[in-house]
Amino acid sequence: MAKLNIESIRKQFPVLHQNVNGKPLIYFDNAATTQKPLSVINAIRDFYEHDNSNIHRGVHTLAERATSAFEATRKTVQQFINSKESEEIIFTKGTTDSINLVAQTFGKANLKAGDEVIISAMEHHSNIVPWQMICEEKGAILKVIPINDAGDLLMDDPIAIGFEKLLSPKTKIVSVVYVSNALGTINPIKNIIEKAHAVGAKVLIDAAQAVSHLDIDVQQLDCDFLAFSAHKLYGPTGVGVLYGKRELLESMPPYQGGGEMIKEVTFAKTTWNDIPYKFEAGTPNIADVVAFKFAIDFVNEIGKNEIRNYENELLKYFVGANSIRQLTEKVSNVKGEFDSPILFIGNAKEKVAVQSFVINGMHHFDVGMMLDAKGIAVRTGHHCTQPLMQYFGIEGTVRASFAVYNTKEEIDVFVEALERLVNLKMR
Amino acid sequence: MAKSTTDIQNEIIENFSLFEDDMESRLFYLMDLGKKLPVMPDEHKNEDYIVKGCQSKVWLYPEIVDGKVIFEADSNTEITKGLVYLLVQLWNNRTPDEILNTDLYFIDKIGMSRMIGSQRSNGFASMIKQMKMYAVVYKEKVKSL
Repeated sequence: MAKLNIESIRKQFPVLHQNVNGKPLIYFDNAATTQKPLSVINAIRDFYEHDNSNIHRGVHTLAERATSAFEATRKTVQQFINSKESEEIIFTKGTTDSINLVAQTFGKANLKAGDEVIISAMEHHSNIVPWQMICEEKGAILKVIPINDAGDLLMDDPIAIGFEKLLSPKTKIVSVVYVSNALGTINPIKNIIEKAHAVGAKVLIDAAQAVSHLDIDVQQLDCDFLAFSAHKLYGPTGVGVLYGKRELLESMPPYQGGGEMIKEVTFAKTTWNDIPYKFEAGTPNIADVVAFKFAIDFVNEIGKNEIRNYENELLKYFVGANSIRQLTEKVSNVKGEFDSPILFIGNAKEKVAVQSFVINGMHHFDVGMMLDAKGIAVRTGHHCTQPLMQYFGIEGTVRASFAVYNTKEEIDVFVEALERLVNLKMR
Repeated sequence: MAKSTTDIQNEIIENFSLFEDDMESRLFYLMDLGKKLPVMPDEHKNEDYIVKGCQSKVWLYPEIVDGKVIFEADSNTEITKGLVYLLVQLWNNRTPDEILNTDLYFIDKIGMSRMIGSQRSNGFASMIKQMKMYAVVYKEKVKSL
């Protein structure tokens, strides 16, 4: 077992210490959003109590403190993902905002009729819809990397048209998810990036679900863009990051117009500010950006490897529980139909601590409500991945996603609750 | 003499009060109630009569007979089906005015206010609106006869 002091970590999360429906809260919905440690919560409060001011242009002391704190987060993010320069870190509203930014600026400037954009069958809607919109606008074609029943991307399949067969000189953009929010699959993005570059395509990586579990090194990956959200990483909502290589960001037209992103404004002509500010129009979510640094510090202090190892132990503990092993099948014979009481959806060899499942004969909504009655918070439904659900022939799943503050004891309660539901169904 | 909507709502609240704070039992009870819902004929379970929700679907088929609104309903989730059963118990075979004048308070009092709260496009919440809309339509129809 990991050498982490989980009790001490849990003490840093006040929200975990409450009852729901008379039972201790068991929060297994971390892929939707993580909880925030006191250091992050206090940072927001401290900022408004001591340092609040608008940033970047003020001459007075508070403005200087606020700007300093804001830019300190940018530097921390730069180090966190090892980008060459902090100017390549743009603060957005979140992953969705970041992807829309790239589609509407890089996409708009570089896609022509007949060009191709490749995404995958396991994408979140935020990495599907922006591309559908820009492709429709430009007359470009959207291609989709297929997956298999285990939840892996088909890369060089001999029969199916996998990623390698989809690539062509027409491919301008490849945008894929690093870690699937519904399946937990870790995709071979280094391989994807290399192959995409070989045909001259640029690559955006949706790292929303990856950042809290996996090490990210954008220089080593050589991705052209990378997007993620603070709130999946123990940080506040309303803050996201878009990393982009300098030469690309400089070549892109601005996304939103307004204050901050300009150099000079006249009614005859307006010139753009340098990156990153060119893409940061208006007053940002300053306090939450400032607090975001503390979330990254929290993760770094524990160590991402330690977090990942512990979470993987929790996942193994759950899927390896005696009753779960007896009740579960991992593959359905006919899409959407299966015999076992529980079917696991998403069984890739390389996964993070996320497990989707369906209970035979019980709608995921009912499962979610019954688990909530026991204080257990899971997510149910299509998880904003409707095409993925269609592939598996289901409307939705129940998804448990673990974080560093979850415990084996919580999983015991969860397993018992699932057994109870299965017994209820069998009656 | 038929029970008033207030009487029925109070009965429902009374039945649920037996479970006190035990949410799990409440939900089990709802699922059992749902099983009592008369089977809806397949020809009525189609796109015309579906009330979609992100988490669960509801089918609602209305008719007006002798000035009273008759509802058939179903849901694809068992807990919602239980709530649908209660709502049909309340509003089936009622005049449009009775439906429109109902102050619907039982849902909150049985601890199910989340089903009609801000949860995005919940099939059940939309169903309540739909039933009231049918009542409005039938009221106008009856007036114009």
